[in-house]
Amino acid sequence: MNQAIQFKDHWKEKRLFLSRLIAAAVVIFLLTSVLVGRLFQLQIVEHQQFSDLSQGNRLRIEALPPTRGLIFDRNGVVLAENLPTWELIVIPEEVADLDDALDALEKLGLVDPDERADLTELVRSHRGFERVILRNLSEEEAARFAVRRHHFPGVDIREGLVRHYPYGAAAAHALGYVARISPADLERIERSEYAGSFNIGKTGVERSYEQVLHGAAGYRQQVVNAQGRVLLYPAASIGSAEESDSQTGLETRWPTPGDNLVLALDIRLQLVAEEAMEGMRGAAVAIDPATGDVLALVSAPSFDLNRFSTGLSQADFRSLNTDRDKPLFNRAITGSYPPGSVVKPFLGLAALKYGVVDADHRAMCPGYFVLPGHSHRYRDWKRQGHGLMDLHQAIVESCDVYYYQLAVKLGIDAINQFLSSFGFGAATGLDIRGETRGVVPSRDWKRQNFSRREDQVWFPGETVITGIGQGFTLFTPLQLAHATATLAVRGTRFQPRLVIGTEDGVTGQVVMREPQAQPEIEIDDEYWQRIHDAMIGVIEEVGGSARTVMSGTAYRVAGKTGTAQVFSLAQDEEYDAETIAENLRDHGLFIAFAPVEAPGIAVAVVVENRGGGSPTAAPVARRILDTYFQDTEYVDR
Amino acid sequence: MSIGSLEIGAGSELTFKPFGSRSLVMDVPLLITLLAVIGLGFVVLYSAVGGQTELLVRQGIRIFVALMVFVVVAQIQPRTLKLWTPWIFLFGVTLLVLVLVTGVVGQGAQRWLDLGIVRFQPSELLKLAVPMMVAWFMHERRLPPTFTQLLVVILIISIPAFLIARQPDLGTAILVVAAGGFAVLVSGVSVRVISALGLIGVVSAPLLWHFMRDYQRARILTFLNPESDPLGAGYNIIQSKIALGSGGLFGKGWLNGTQAHLEFLPERSTDFIFAVMGEEFGLLGLLLLLALYLLLVGRGLLIAAQAQDTFTRLLAGALSLTFFFYVFVNAGMVCGLLPIVGVPLPLVSAGGTSMVALMAGFGMLAAIQGNRKLLAP
Repeated sequence: MNQAIQFKDHWKEKRLFLSRLIAAAVVIFLLTSVLVGRLFQLQIVEHQQFSDLSQGNRLRIEALPPTRGLIFDRNGVVLAENLPTWELIVIPEEVADLDDALDALEKLGLVDPDERADLTELVRSHRGFERVILRNLSEEEAARFAVRRHHFPGVDIREGLVRHYPYGAAAAHALGYVARISPADLERIERSEYAGSFNIGKTGVERSYEQVLHGAAGYRQQVVNAQGRVLLYPAASIGSAEESDSQTGLETRWPTPGDNLVLALDIRLQLVAEEAMEGMRGAAVAIDPATGDVLALVSAPSFDLNRFSTGLSQADFRSLNTDRDKPLFNRAITGSYPPGSVVKPFLGLAALKYGVVDADHRAMCPGYFVLPGHSHRYRDWKRQGHGLMDLHQAIVESCDVYYYQLAVKLGIDAINQFLSSFGFGAATGLDIRGETRGVVPSRDWKRQNFSRREDQVWFPGETVITGIGQGFTLFTPLQLAHATATLAVRGTRFQPRLVIGTEDGVTGQVVMREPQAQPEIEIDDEYWQRIHDAMIGVIEEVGGSARTVMSGTAYRVAGKTGTAQVFSLAQDEEYDAETIAENLRDHGLFIAFAPVEAPGIAVAVVVENRGGGSPTAAPVARRILDTYFQDTEYVDR
Repeated sequence: MSIGSLEIGAGSELTFKPFGSRSLVMDVPLLITLLAVIGLGFVVLYSAVGGQTELLVRQGIRIFVALMVFVVVAQIQPRTLKLWTPWIFLFGVTLLVLVLVTGVVGQGAQRWLDLGIVRFQPSELLKLAVPMMVAWFMHERRLPPTFTQLLVVILIISIPAFLIARQPDLGTAILVVAAGGFAVLVSGVSVRVISALGLIGVVSAPLLWHFMRDYQRARILTFLNPESDPLGAGYNIIQSKIALGSGGLFGKGWLNGTQAHLEFLPERSTDFIFAVMGEEFGLLGLLLLLALYLLLVGRGLLIAAQAQDTFTRLLAGALSLTFFFYVFVNAGMVCGLLPIVGVPLPLVSAGGTSMVALMAGFGMLAAIQGNRKLLAP
């Protein structure tokens, strides 16, 4: 070996080595510092954040849905309740083959073939151990499944609650329905409150009182592992509303049931009115003038509310929605109709108030009216004319010519102002959604609603036909009932309402709500009386337009019939119901209140496309009034 | 005496003489610290495996075997060790080739040799054999090494590293390179050469990327942005950070780690046991563990400083630094400082071969310390 290479300077080597060791120790110190710094950051600085994440990992919150409040009518009859039902459920991880299972369920008629894809998607979107509700089963269907249960591992039936309306289609538009929570619903609700709920109020009272009815959701904390399987429940004991399991520290908040609602509706009146309107399209509204309570709210045809809560199929909903008669459309508050002659008592009152006519003023009715300086003939419904008419007789016989003159004397501005004071042309404030405003025409209204400059001008002829409730004028049946109630009690006004009280879901304590007064209408009592007398005349006097229909009642009624043209006849053209398409025939209207001495009920009825109000709408009102008074020891005459 | 006598020597070396004159070599500070780390590790592992007795018994047996190996290796004279070194190295490399040809596939990689009773990872042997071989090679030469010598050393390191990387086991390959590299570093290679090698490393990184498997690339990408795939590749590191962070200063208490016990934390008994410890014992627990590790490293560096020839000096230095490197890589990976490489937490993670190899390394340190001749240098 080469000596030069073999020579080693041990001292130098050792010094070099030691210096390297020291350098290594310094690096070790630095790296350890970095590590400790990182741990300090994670465990001290960001501890809270990671602690929350860890809790979020560990705890899952199981929502406990509240029980929905019940709905009663004014006499305590249940209109909406929750019935035990059978839910067909699937536990995905226990089903060997989902398609096979669904095939077999389909053969049993328990699964709709149209919904196969949706159901498969639904099951797939859940985790293996989560129960998936496929649908609600009827008692018979549940029995059918129960005897074959052993063929279906992983499929089972479970008790649940479903919204049920004992009267089915009755008061459907007032009550409204509940249905599956849609993405649009999620925008307007507190999601956490609906975590365990399937249905939500969609229309009517079910919707507008959703918050009251729904109650407050509870929850239960559970410990889950990384696969999401529940390892630990809090001990189940129903004690206080909020509790914490002393052993596990898991919290439980029990749900608070929703409050029950007491409605103004009287289901007897409602049922009778609906029966009377069987096969018709139209609406009927009955209001208690002393409170604004809506005793009946009918929109015909109706639909079965129960179809929605049990899960309406797409096809069924489409057929309801495209039905020519539009059963889902709430005619009572969303439908607006030309009032025809039922506007006459109001305009008569306006003429008295503004002093454009007095009670003794008489006018000749030759069967037509001509504006001074014009040639157009505005015709009376009675071709030969009514002869000499005063205000009273013009209402009793419903003379058009008298009201053409009267409207011209009042002028459109006064008419607009007066009708508006009764609430026409504006939502009445009923406590459900969907009211339309209708139209009380005015110069302003025309300016705003017509685009062409020449159409924006108010023509005198338009004032003329406003006098008999034609032209632009549109009222909702609810507005008519509301105004009739105001007329009945001589100017005192209350906001129409469907809900009159709530019953606490827990304590059972009932809180009745005060009627909400609206601005009163100040008119001389004498004028009110004259109009009342004229409306009584409609029922009781010879020549009165509703005499036959309303004869023989044990109570005294004041009313007014109306016939509204759906389309305009050309000059000199005869209206002939036989030759006109069904949907262009006249609407029949009727307003009434009774008993006349101390009115307890005001009614407005509209029947679409069946001709004048006397033969069509008045009988419906009669049935309502008869039922209203059947239990009343009402003796007069 | 027939049984033997026990003496505590002045240099805190325990000498146990079962056969009269031939005393048992043992480094007491090393032994005590090792027992403390292993004990603490076992307590954490008990929690991490969730009371699976079978696993605990198996780990107990491994600990016993590892301690035996430690004691036995400590009795081997460093000069004997030096004599064996080339043969051990050759044996290790041969085994690596064997593994690639006949090895058992486990978890997608071919790392194991089935020896009937135990399965054995030859790559662990190389963690010791490589620094030994480098030290052996340097011992006869003048330090610092020349350029040609350096090339030989690089070959010594890269052949086994390449074979291990082919298994594929990138983590162990890196550790083997580190172990050899540390021997080179402490040998006194000039800073310039080190920087040059570092530069070559950086430049060759894209090349390395090219040779990486998909899952290895995913790990790097995940390290750079774990939130990009929170339920996939990023899941481990996110859950591990949650476990550490939620532990706070004092931890959730032994057996109370929700991340670990509810199975959110993956690989809790092996690569991520550091996170279990951090969750249940908090920052204080981790600092205790790190302190014990530093004591071991410090003791190893002291032994290296006091070592009397180049072979033992380089070997002791390399083993100590490699040990720290293990700790840093595992802890750094668990707390998101480094990408995820399959490096267990030394002496704590469940697993036999790693424990035995580490304890053999500490046995060598004890042997180096115990066989110093009291002579002036």
